[in-house]
Amino acid sequence: MHEHDVVVVGAGGAGLRAAIAAQEEGADVAIVSKLHPVRSHTGAAEGGINAALRDADSWEDHAYDTMKGSDYLGDAPAVEALCKESPEEVIQLEHWGMPFSREEDGRVSQRPFGGLSFPRTTYAGAETGHQMLHTMYEQVVKRGITVYDEWHVMDLVVTDEDDPADRTCHGVVAYDIQRGEVDGFRASGGVILATGGMGQVFDHTTNAVANTGDGVAMAYRAGVPMEDMEFIQFHPTTLPSTGVLISEGVRGEGGILYNEKGERFMFEHGYANNDGELASRDVVSRAELTEVNEGRGIEDEYVHLDMRHLGEERILDRLENILHLAEDFEGADGLTEPMPVKPGQHYAMGGIETNEHGETVIDGLYAAGECACASVHGANRLGGNALPELIVFGKRAGHHAAGREMGEAEIPTGKRGEWEPAEYEFEVDVGAVGDRGPAAADGGAVAADAEGLMEAEIERARERVEDLLARKGRNHAEIRSAVQETMTANVNVFREEEGLKESLSDLREAREAYTEVAVSDPSRTFNTDLIHTMETRNVLDIAEALAMGALARREFRGAHWRKERQERDDENWLKHTLVSWNDGEPELWYKPAILEGEAKTYEPKVRSY
Amino acid sequence: MSTQIPKQTEKADETAAETETDAPSKGDERRAEKRRRADERRRQREAEEAERAAADENTVELRVFRYDPDVEGKQEPRFDTFHVPFTKGMTVLDALMYARDSYDSSLTFRHSCRQAVCGSDAMFVNGGQKLACKTQIDELEEPIRVEPLPHAEVTKDLVVDMEHFYDQMEAVEPYFQTNEYPDGELEEQRQTRENREKIKMSTRCIWCSACMSSCNIAAGDNEYLGPAAINKAYRFAMDEREGEDVKQKRLEIIEQEHGVWRCQTQFSCTEVCPKDIPLTEHIQELKREAVKNNLKFW
Repeated sequence: MHEHDVVVVGAGGAGLRAAIAAQEEGADVAIVSKLHPVRSHTGAAEGGINAALRDADSWEDHAYDTMKGSDYLGDAPAVEALCKESPEEVIQLEHWGMPFSREEDGRVSQRPFGGLSFPRTTYAGAETGHQMLHTMYEQVVKRGITVYDEWHVMDLVVTDEDDPADRTCHGVVAYDIQRGEVDGFRASGGVILATGGMGQVFDHTTNAVANTGDGVAMAYRAGVPMEDMEFIQFHPTTLPSTGVLISEGVRGEGGILYNEKGERFMFEHGYANNDGELASRDVVSRAELTEVNEGRGIEDEYVHLDMRHLGEERILDRLENILHLAEDFEGADGLTEPMPVKPGQHYAMGGIETNEHGETVIDGLYAAGECACASVHGANRLGGNALPELIVFGKRAGHHAAGREMGEAEIPTGKRGEWEPAEYEFEVDVGAVGDRGPAAADGGAVAADAEGLMEAEIERARERVEDLLARKGRNHAEIRSAVQETMTANVNVFREEEGLKESLSDLREAREAYTEVAVSDPSRTFNTDLIHTMETRNVLDIAEALAMGALARREFRGAHWRKERQERDDENWLKHTLVSWNDGEPELWYKPAILEGEAKTYEPKVRSY
Repeated sequence: MSTQIPKQTEKADETAAETETDAPSKGDERRAEKRRRADERRRQREAEEAERAAADENTVELRVFRYDPDVEGKQEPRFDTFHVPFTKGMTVLDALMYARDSYDSSLTFRHSCRQAVCGSDAMFVNGGQKLACKTQIDELEEPIRVEPLPHAEVTKDLVVDMEHFYDQMEAVEPYFQTNEYPDGELEEQRQTRENREKIKMSTRCIWCSACMSSCNIAAGDNEYLGPAAINKAYRFAMDEREGEDVKQKRLEIIEQEHGVWRCQTQFSCTEVCPKDIPLTEHIQELKREAVKNNLKFW
């Protein structure tokens, strides 16, 4: 068994920043990741980092834009922490050598992004995430932080008191992909989950194949609620054939969207009369699909994003990466023709419920980055707000786990604050199938001490691996693709009651199929069949919670659109959705959004752009 | 179109499975049983594929390197043939994923982002180092031969051991160093646009190791830093935000016995780099810097 003060799961932006922070605070920290750090999907982020760096800008304006963008489902203490600390974090990255794009005077460049009242998106070409990831990994190397790469974390080691709020996390169990062995990582200070997105729940996504929401699912099974899972961002400009992302930076620089008739539909069809292409992402995605649904799409599938008028020089200077992506993955030359784009799953606003320090309801368990929900994005994330979230909340979680005194958080976790049960009755069964198939609850074994609990969980994980390798059954790939299909068909940009119900019954079938899953590769060396099979369980847990939240929420807020009620309903729905695993019988409940900030209250207003 | 792959390896596989040990443990029996099933599935799969290929001309033929130190019958390297239905825009990675998810779930390769930024899936495709995700099928001659990167130890199938590559990257102090930061709070270091442009290409490296795999010198001298690590050193040595003293140290590192002077300017690294980084030029420029620097102290 390995022992460290702090164990960080995942090595993207949030994980690396958390590890650096914990180390700075004096902790012995280790990163455990199923990918080598530079393979993490933070590297695919293109656009930039929102930070109020300039005199004419302020963190208060950034916070206002973010609350409005969130459709008033962000929690003000988290939003304000993000906006206040982003500038110092950006400067920190610059001091670590990150190669930002520059102005004539040598200062870092900023550009306009959707939903922002000031051009505060700090960037490095159209490859900001790549530069950020590598810059932080360089710091990890410099500090000699231990990295266990190509170790797949299977589950958390958590005690099993009845109330999740009484539980403690002692570490994780993980599978060494190269050598085929299970081992434990004990963390005396804390475990920080930084496992990123869950795009593999859908089939047209900008996310990596590795983005299976592992951290969210394992925290859920250990008793931490998933928060606001129904809020999924569909990015308006992804390449139709692969889902590869075309940065919002293209529109930020002046790129224009056209339908088949050559109409600039964002204005001509009145979707966003002021901001046009630079309206919030949810607005633009719905506009594009409406165009397609009403017969004005190209090949009935996509619209055109044109940047030719920006000129070759500007494109090469600021968006060069986009030219390569459009050419390599869609065969389009952005200099001479418009690029085909359509909405694709991009980002999960929801995730592991945390407060503004990254703490979850379970003692010793933290989460940061896309896998977490503090919540800074509420019902819709603004472009350029994901990267600052990684560094601000990665740092906060790292400091806290390493023992820094940060005071009482304002956001309550679990049922410690005000909450109410959902009244919705689901028609199909949800949760565990039968008595503990591989998709059933984990819970913790009863054991006297942390050491004993770790040993018991390691043993259980070994048995699980042996069982998956030994049994006969179905391949996980068909189950995963069934999940992706129903989610993309029924829980997409436009959602309606019947489709959502259908998704839940399809997911039930998939869960049942998963009880018969088996791994056919017998190898102990780099067995990706085994890894993908374990990931598919996580995909299932997340898809179900997501569909449950979407079905119960009968309103239109941010990225969540419901046919049955196409307007925001603040009277009934100004609240977060939570789903607790509850030992295999998922429970849906709600807690109010926190709109009271440090100095002001963010009163919900009509969100127009 | 033939789908006959070397059958003899399968025969060997079967006998091995049956005569493996004197007193097989339960686990061994299970594994032997699994192997028999796997073989059975493979034969079935090949038959199905052959049928499909016969019915539909629009398939791609892949010959994929297979090896697994753990599994009987795969311990001797071999090539498996897969017939994958072609779709417009299909990449080598798409084809491999299709083959894995539809025919043989033990087919193993690293991949993640699918968009040429994570650097996981560099392979040897029809005799060249390529990123599988950005290599279009319709630009390749069939059958498409897919192998692990040469000059690296094969872990399994198309997966190679990257440790040596990572060690070389980390040997050049691959992190920003300066002794001087601006005084003001929230004050960034200034960098000219020209200087940012100068290092831009070097910062695009995705650590895929295609360059290292293509380099003859690296193949013969295991301690040679290699193009990627030298490029990383270039990225910092040329960054005006690092001071002169740091640059001195950097030049010493790249001038060592297994550093820049080993490069024989064959351009193979530059040719295979999927991010179009002018690696050879960067190495040459560092050589010139080193010479200038040495003259200064002469």
